[in-house]
Amino acid sequence: MALPQAKDDALTARLSALALPESAGWLGAARSEARARLLAMGLPVRRDEYWRYTDPSSLVAPAAPVAVRFNPGDEPEAFDAIDRLKIVFVDGVFDADASDDLTLSGVEIERLDRAGQADIHWAQGTYGVLEARGQTPVARPFAALNSAYATDGILIRVTGRAARPVALVYVHSSETSDAILHHCVKLEAGSNLTLLESGPAAARFNKVLEVEVGDGAEFHHIRVQGRDHERRAATHLFARVGAGASFRSFTLTANGRLTRNEAVIELAGPAARAHLAGAAVGDGDFHHDDTVFVTHSAPNCESRQVFKKVLMNGATGVFQGKILVRPGAQKTDGYQISQSLLLDEDSQFLAKPELEIYADDVKCSHGSTSGAIDETALFYLQSRGLPRTVAQGLLVLAFLAEAIEEVADEAIADDIRSRLEGWLARHAAKAGK
Amino acid sequence: MLEIKNLHVKLEEEDKVILRGVDLSIGAGEVHAIMGPNGSGKSTLSYVLAGRDGYTVTDGSASLEGAELLEMEPEERAAAGLFLAFQYPVEIPGVGNMTFLRTAVNAQRKARGEAELTAGDFLKVVREKARALKIDAEMLKRPVNVGFSGGEKKRNEILQMAMLEPRMCILDETDSGLDVDAMKLVADGVNALRGAGRSFLVITHYQRLLDHIKPDVVHIMAAGRIIRSGGPELALEVEMNGYADILGEVG
Ligand SMILES: Nc1ncnc2c1ncn2[C@@H]1O[C@H](COP(=O)(O)OP(=O)(O)OP(=O)(O)O)[C@@H](O)[C@H]1O
Ligand SMILES: [Mg+2]
Repeated sequence: MALPQAKDDALTARLSALALPESAGWLGAARSEARARLLAMGLPVRRDEYWRYTDPSSLVAPAAPVAVRFNPGDEPEAFDAIDRLKIVFVDGVFDADASDDLTLSGVEIERLDRAGQADIHWAQGTYGVLEARGQTPVARPFAALNSAYATDGILIRVTGRAARPVALVYVHSSETSDAILHHCVKLEAGSNLTLLESGPAAARFNKVLEVEVGDGAEFHHIRVQGRDHERRAATHLFARVGAGASFRSFTLTANGRLTRNEAVIELAGPAARAHLAGAAVGDGDFHHDDTVFVTHSAPNCESRQVFKKVLMNGATGVFQGKILVRPGAQKTDGYQISQSLLLDEDSQFLAKPELEIYADDVKCSHGSTSGAIDETALFYLQSRGLPRTVAQGLLVLAFLAEAIEEVADEAIADDIRSRLEGWLARHAAKAGK
Repeated sequence: MLEIKNLHVKLEEEDKVILRGVDLSIGAGEVHAIMGPNGSGKSTLSYVLAGRDGYTVTDGSASLEGAELLEMEPEERAAAGLFLAFQYPVEIPGVGNMTFLRTAVNAQRKARGEAELTAGDFLKVVREKARALKIDAEMLKRPVNVGFSGGEKKRNEILQMAMLEPRMCILDETDSGLDVDAMKLVADGVNALRGAGRSFLVITHYQRLLDHIKPDVVHIMAAGRIIRSGGPELALEVEMNGYADILGEVG
């Protein structure tokens, strides 16, 4: 089938600036397959239904738009106080000197290109595989592009209880860096891992994370997207969650010209659980898009989506979220909420929540709201002596609380909250009266 | 302490006049009560003094210990020593009562150039004052006023007042919704704060509260004006005869 001309043109232009990395082993084969998927899809254009609320042109452009690095001042690095194994990427390139030694009890960690030279590797069953499954019913071309062209990444196999969290730290150094990273995580049955991600990564960042959560395993993912103002990012999180396993992912996004975070989660085994949450705060030229697709393929599974956005000075928030309940996925418990708090009339929130249910014994609820700050509550707090900005900060944190609750570790949750408090203190004054 | 002169107030959004020339002068250490029919403007007066949005002052002035109140932000009025116990205390989901109290106490201390209370000192004081008002520890942990009964909300207002130690306390129908014992608790709480030059303006519909909190002066407000002032006996007169006679005399 021929591609629409615009998609094909976009693809040709983008690929002209990319070279397919050479891989001799299994990775080479995986890349060629991904490239074939991409060629059949083309790249998105504004008219695409799935890109109705977010303009993909800066993601499609052959070169990354210039993004001045942002100086976060004296704000400590995310997760600084957490005992973790650090793996550092600078503009999308692994930095061995800045990283810790990659040995960790209960975990095997390898670099993608090294592991990719082998003929046989566990990651063959994951790399590009979850991504490919996630291409229906909706195409996700940037993910296919990533599987084909990723220049670096990390492969993590968890066999027991990880001794400490693994932290992927993304440093943005060049104003024109265009990074493509692909990570795979496989949790064997009954194993346990906390994965942290932080930092702005690059001027433009395309990242795929594929996670296979084995039966009874627990995966906890907490991400803090760097608060560079001008960066752009398209990220995909693909996960398949096995019987009785637990998957939890939380993302904090502050600033960024464009962020599109897609999550495609399949509850594949009975009694699996997936919780996805996001807290995004944006001021001015900020566009944040959460696009989520949760599929219940097995009975007795629970899924929860909690996405909250605080928008000011013309910032835009987008939520596209779907729960699909396949035939036979009885006793499904699905919950989805997307809310935005608009601190002024220039900001906007666009939401498209969807349910598609093919089983009869299910409990699914979804809701989407957008509203202004509660002036009565604000006055009440002020009348007790809280300056307006402090009062507003308290109300904003209260609004975000349901999302932050999805971070189980209290020390990490505190880190998230203090980051938000800092951001609010810097920006709330600008929200005006 | 509080000087209100010829205060005229209308709604910001519509041309509805609510206060039509209120004059009120409360000296340091005095307790004044305001009574008056529903809708006469009592709460509006308290909101305007506390700095709520939505009202336009078209004439007159209000000052607290010589400082012009109407120019200030609500938090500045609080730091200057004004406190309003709301007729309808506001529920704030997600904000813990303790966090709120501590932030408020320290914000005011900071505004006045005083050192902030340490977490330990704060806890000690709050526990003691809560106990006196029969507010249990579990209530302190809950979000501000969420799930509180009507009476619990009113007691929580008095707890805030006790923690903030304001100079000028306005109580807007703090007695309504309270059972007899709770009314006694609240009155004890108020009386404990009396003295040291602290003044009170008590808005109420019932003489009963004034048995516990003895006012120096009682005012009757009707249609946005104070139409009569007198001693505690004025409250008894209202209790027995309603407002018809007083309104008739003036009207
Ligand atoms: N924001 C508003 N919008 C419309 N009308 C208002 C508003 N605020 C006050 N009013 C009106 O102003 C009048 C005075 O109201 P206020 O609440 O001050 O009365 P009150 O004396 O406290 O009455 P009550 O004894 O019932 O508490 C009422 O008629 C009320 O409906
Ligand atoms: Mg009233």
